Amino acid sequence: MPYIPHTKADSEAMLAAIGINNWEALFEAVPQSHRFPTLNIPESLNEMQTLWEMQSLASANASASSHAIFLGAGAYNHYSPAAVNHLLLRGEFYTAYTPYQPEMSQGTLQAIFEWQSMIAALTGMDVANASHYDGATSLAEAVTVAVQHFKGKRMKVIFSPDVHPQYRAVTRTYHQGTGVRFVGDKSGQATLDDLVDMLDASTAMFVVQYPNFFGQIEDFTALSEKVHKAGALLCVVTNPLVLGLLKPPGAMGADIVVGEGQSLGIPLSFGGPYVGFFATRTEFVRKIAGRIVGETLDMDGRKAYVMTLRPREQDIRREKASSNICTNQGLMALAGCIYLAMMGKQGLRRVAEVCYHKAHYAAHQIANLEGYNVNFRTPFFHEFVVQCPKHVSGINKLLLDEFNIIGGYDVSQDYPDRKNQMLIAVTEMNTKAEIDDLVEGLKRAAESLKA
Amino acid sequence: METINQLKTLEPLIYDLGSDGRFSPTLMPACDVPEAELPTGLTRDELYLPEVAEMDVVRHFVRLSTMNYAIDKGFYPLGSCTMKYNPKINEDMARLPGFAQTHPLQEQETVQGNLALMYELQQWLAEIAGFKGVSLQPAAGAQGELAGILMIRAYHLDRGDDKRTKILVPNSAHGTNPATSTMAGYTVVELPSDDKGDVDLEALRKAADETVAGMMITVPSTLGVFDHNILEIVKIIHDCGGLMYMDGANMNALLGVAKPGEMGFDVMHYNLHKTFSTPHGGGGPGSGPVAVNEKLLPFLPGPIVKVSEPGTDEYAALYSWHTPEKTIGRLKAFHGNFGMHVRAYTYITLHGAEGLKAISRYAVLNANYVRVKLADTFKVPYNRMCGHEVVLEGRLADAPGVHALDISKRLMDYGIHPPTNYFPLIVPEALLIEPTESESKETLDHFIEVMKTIASEARENPEVLHSAPHVTPVSRLDEVLAAKQLVLCCRPAYLDKEG
Repeated sequence: MPYIPHTKADSEAMLAAIGINNWEALFEAVPQSHRFPTLNIPESLNEMQTLWEMQSLASANASASSHAIFLGAGAYNHYSPAAVNHLLLRGEFYTAYTPYQPEMSQGTLQAIFEWQSMIAALTGMDVANASHYDGATSLAEAVTVAVQHFKGKRMKVIFSPDVHPQYRAVTRTYHQGTGVRFVGDKSGQATLDDLVDMLDASTAMFVVQYPNFFGQIEDFTALSEKVHKAGALLCVVTNPLVLGLLKPPGAMGADIVVGEGQSLGIPLSFGGPYVGFFATRTEFVRKIAGRIVGETLDMDGRKAYVMTLRPREQDIRREKASSNICTNQGLMALAGCIYLAMMGKQGLRRVAEVCYHKAHYAAHQIANLEGYNVNFRTPFFHEFVVQCPKHVSGINKLLLDEFNIIGGYDVSQDYPDRKNQMLIAVTEMNTKAEIDDLVEGLKRAAESLKA
Repeated sequence: METINQLKTLEPLIYDLGSDGRFSPTLMPACDVPEAELPTGLTRDELYLPEVAEMDVVRHFVRLSTMNYAIDKGFYPLGSCTMKYNPKINEDMARLPGFAQTHPLQEQETVQGNLALMYELQQWLAEIAGFKGVSLQPAAGAQGELAGILMIRAYHLDRGDDKRTKILVPNSAHGTNPATSTMAGYTVVELPSDDKGDVDLEALRKAADETVAGMMITVPSTLGVFDHNILEIVKIIHDCGGLMYMDGANMNALLGVAKPGEMGFDVMHYNLHKTFSTPHGGGGPGSGPVAVNEKLLPFLPGPIVKVSEPGTDEYAALYSWHTPEKTIGRLKAFHGNFGMHVRAYTYITLHGAEGLKAISRYAVLNANYVRVKLADTFKVPYNRMCGHEVVLEGRLADAPGVHALDISKRLMDYGIHPPTNYFPLIVPEALLIEPTESESKETLDHFIEVMKTIASEARENPEVLHSAPHVTPVSRLDEVLAAKQLVLCCRPAYLDKEG
């Protein structure tokens, strides 16, 4: 049997030691009426056949390895240095469990401590935790922290409609039983000023995104003052790669900074596994969910690392815990940590700059096309909205069929008023030739409309 | 003083390995377009990140990895965590570019391979546990639990029944069960266990009334035993109008042994990282698909995958996204931890029906073998046929100063990872041992011998246990100091100067 080393003699000896002579006796407590049902699962394949089967499934997809890709909207095609994957494949990392036994887990623990340090530095905050499932669930947990901070006296959360639609949806799923009210994003058209007008004594937190879902960037310093004046907290959802170049939310007065760490060397992998990060100010550290690693000493005075503030967590506090999370995304945080070490201060800035330049080149080329418009009034980073002359899905079909390009995101899927708007992401992986192809494809699509 | 401290650092932080201005030129992306003007007032000046060469990074993380214990190194009998062998081919399959480089928001026509894989996995997981539908979205077991309890809540509210405020949870349960119930807005009622380790039926009957939304129970329980009265428990809850949630953390004991859906459960979650051997990754990523019966189908978190056009001899089936009509919503951006789905699909393909059945039979055989072999050395509080794990009391009448923690730490000196300790909470000095089916009789015999040796040491030389571990990179850690000083990250000197 696969991965089961027992010989027939082993099994017989073991059954005898247990004092039974048949397998069924092991399961005497399972109701006989339900014992040993049939399993309608295909017969096993060997490793070679399995490889063929998996290759056949994988080859039925278009991917960033077979196509140029300009799709972003929360997941981005960046380069991951070869060393990242090699180090992740160390069995000592990926076949270990949560570091409950610190004496045998210093590798995992120190790497998490380094990840926490890097995230704190990037976001400009005091502390970060070991990670969450993804950016969306980090935001859901941030709302929990805000509600707990105000001891349930403030139950309103203001969402900018420019926060990723799926992040807002996940946060609502998490809080459907907790009584939190979410406002601000209903029409999809509220401006920051409209949202500021909603601030009141019942507001726990104000949530914005940087760059926002449409790729735009702005300084939230003035906003944070208004939010704090109303006694509420400011949460900024962000992309850590961008922070290699841009002013960090911590410097704008954010109280909690969360987001998706996929940009940091983690493959697209159809949406997961990714890694949510969570950073905040020291005063909230005892309220945050998830694992946190701290520095300490061993009995011989050696510096070492250990999971700390454990009494917050579900396995100890049980029904009094504010979150049920037990794992983090350990291996993905490790990937992000190795990526940041590989790229370093200069490399991360360089990647961010190149994304910025390429996106701006693409935006200007597209803006010159007849029938297309790009909004340059608000600064953007590496993603921007294009007003197209026809429906996005039709354009994408042409790009795919004739140019081998996976086109941008159809914004009207989440914002029905934004018809014919395509969200285009450009990264350091897109060459000028690819961008020029995209421009040519868009031009062709507009012409085919006229024809 | 400085020198001593340096000597006492096993491996410097990556920050301390570099030098200002060092970087890896081979990793710098080229800019083949004209440069644009950077946004004024929005760029940063300082960024505290390491400045190291590629080889520094590789050596640093390889050295860190050697300070870890892992399944790939040795026996890891961590109860309730199912630390079985992680086949290497799983990793290769998840990294096939056709999977690893697909974007989650691609048009569904361009990702039919992914959708076919997810659909088959949904079907297999439904079949294995006897349910009608599955959502692969939950990112971990705890998120699967949240999905399940939110579905139970939505089910009652949908029927106009808003009086149900309680979830019943046995006192042997994992901490996530009560924490999940609270997160969903419920009050938790804890149920006692009887002297056989089963749920106390009298207490259950008393608690089961029209205010009960449901009950969460782990099968086999975290005491390692199959509850004798499981069908009766399901009936009591259903009779009061509640729904039954099965925590599937221990499914490694149930593959081809019993189908929870057929025993009357309404909803359960899987842990793909336990039962289907997607690696634990040092604490994630996991994957916690949730499976439901007919009643809860409309409430599944979505989107899930359905067949929009069945396949024929000539054409492959066409798959598409489907959001269940009364869905509780999304639990995660995109579609769950797809990379874990690929690994689990690979694992099930390699096993087939017969291989899956063998997993549970051998996992249960191994646990019972350890139980009978250690029962004369350590107290086994529920000494009956167990599931895939067995709980011992990690204390000895004739070695009063020795605790489960000491035994655990001493195991490290013998190159074995300790069992889960101090859980379940209702067993004093608990040591929860889960060998898994991957381990050979020789490995188990060695473990049994080591445990007996440690028991002798506990009587004759308890100090060697109290001071253990002796061979690990660090000795026991001062956890109080960690919580007191709360150093959670390293910071640049210029920040500290500013105070």
